[in-house]
Amino acid sequence: MWLTPAEWQIVGFTLVVCALSTLMILPIGLAVAWPLARYRWPGKVLVETLVTLPLVLPPVATGLLLLKLLGRRGGVGRFLHEHLGLDIVFTWRAVVAAAAVMSFPLLVRSMRVGFQSVNQRFEQIARTLGASDVRVFFTITLPLASRGIIAGIVLAFARAVGEFGATIMVAGNIPGRTTTLSLEIFETVQLGHDASAYRLLVVSIIIAFGAVWLSEALMKRSAPP
Amino acid sequence: MKLEIRRLSLRLEQFPLEINVDLHNARTGIFGPSGAGKTSLLEVIAGLRRPETARICLNEQLFDDTVRSFSLPVRLRKIGYVPQGDSLFPHLSVRQNLLYGTDGKSKRDTFSFEHVTGFLKITSLLNRDVQSLSRGENQRIVIARALLSAPRLLLLDEPLTALDAGLKKSILQQLRSLHDEFDIPMLYVTHDPAEATEICQEVLILESGRLISRGNPLELFS
Repeated sequence: MWLTPAEWQIVGFTLVVCALSTLMILPIGLAVAWPLARYRWPGKVLVETLVTLPLVLPPVATGLLLLKLLGRRGGVGRFLHEHLGLDIVFTWRAVVAAAAVMSFPLLVRSMRVGFQSVNQRFEQIARTLGASDVRVFFTITLPLASRGIIAGIVLAFARAVGEFGATIMVAGNIPGRTTTLSLEIFETVQLGHDASAYRLLVVSIIIAFGAVWLSEALMKRSAPP
Repeated sequence: MKLEIRRLSLRLEQFPLEINVDLHNARTGIFGPSGAGKTSLLEVIAGLRRPETARICLNEQLFDDTVRSFSLPVRLRKIGYVPQGDSLFPHLSVRQNLLYGTDGKSKRDTFSFEHVTGFLKITSLLNRDVQSLSRGENQRIVIARALLSAPRLLLLDEPLTALDAGLKKSILQQLRSLHDEFDIPMLYVTHDPAEATEICQEVLILESGRLISRGNPLELFS
């Protein structure tokens, strides 16, 4: 195609880190969205606020927080460096972490709506038929909430692809190591390489279109109208 | 059947549901106007609502005893519950709905898949999509699903509402012979005296959460 090998590398890298970040937050999102949708508990408002925070904070501010937390002198960063020998900031792992944190609120919000839309009568009937709570969750609740869950996954992935502010703070823009599609578009525009910027813009549109199309197709298959 | 409902008290929106009754008949009707507390009573027996106070026991199996803070989990009560309105799992096929409560275990002959589907005349519907079923077909499958879980007690909450007269008559006949065929006691909620008379050996009349009368339906409604 018309992309240069370097641009192909950036597109591939972006898709892989965004897929990784979405996969990483998927189980955490389910574990947070479910109790938020169904139960009242002390501290619920605090958790709701914390989950929503990356959505309302300036992305660079979130990036700065991540930098402090994941750096070698930060709590999490020091632990990972000392015990596992892992460095996070200014590596591909930081790109994943930034994408995960920034897309988490959208995932949780959408999953929460999905769980709230499930008619609890079906869960009650399943219990009268002898199903345990775990079985009810996996065979009734999860499939019936699948529209919200799929929408959340697509939104989270799309948000991760578009992530810029937090990523540049915590991962920088290191060619071949942390450069994502958004960072490269910004960089090429800054350098006046308009042709490259427009090529990557077209790729961004194709990814966005593909994600929305896929989610629509999956949602049609996942639950009755 | 011996169903003991003692000191049942449950706060409802407009009045408390307060019941103290022993039931012995295999086909017992619960009759009363809308909002009398009939559905709430079934939900308490099924374990779907927690009463403030109650001691509920079915054939020596304790379901609830609030004095001892005991409540048998819903899944262990073995109650076949046929609620009002749509209750088939919309994301599962008819066959998957029917098999949901069987848990892959083979049931004794009475509750075998072939016997139940044959009795309720739903064999031809097994591969249909739940969304494509008529009201009558839907209700027969809900009843079959409850039966296939081999319940100790069948709770039927106005199962014939919104069905036309012809369909009502045919399902009524099936329900009447259901006890003879499967030997399961049933509580049948209705606000239609004709249905109660057709199916039930005894009827309890509920009004504003209280039991105001009980007896043979022919005598009560004559």
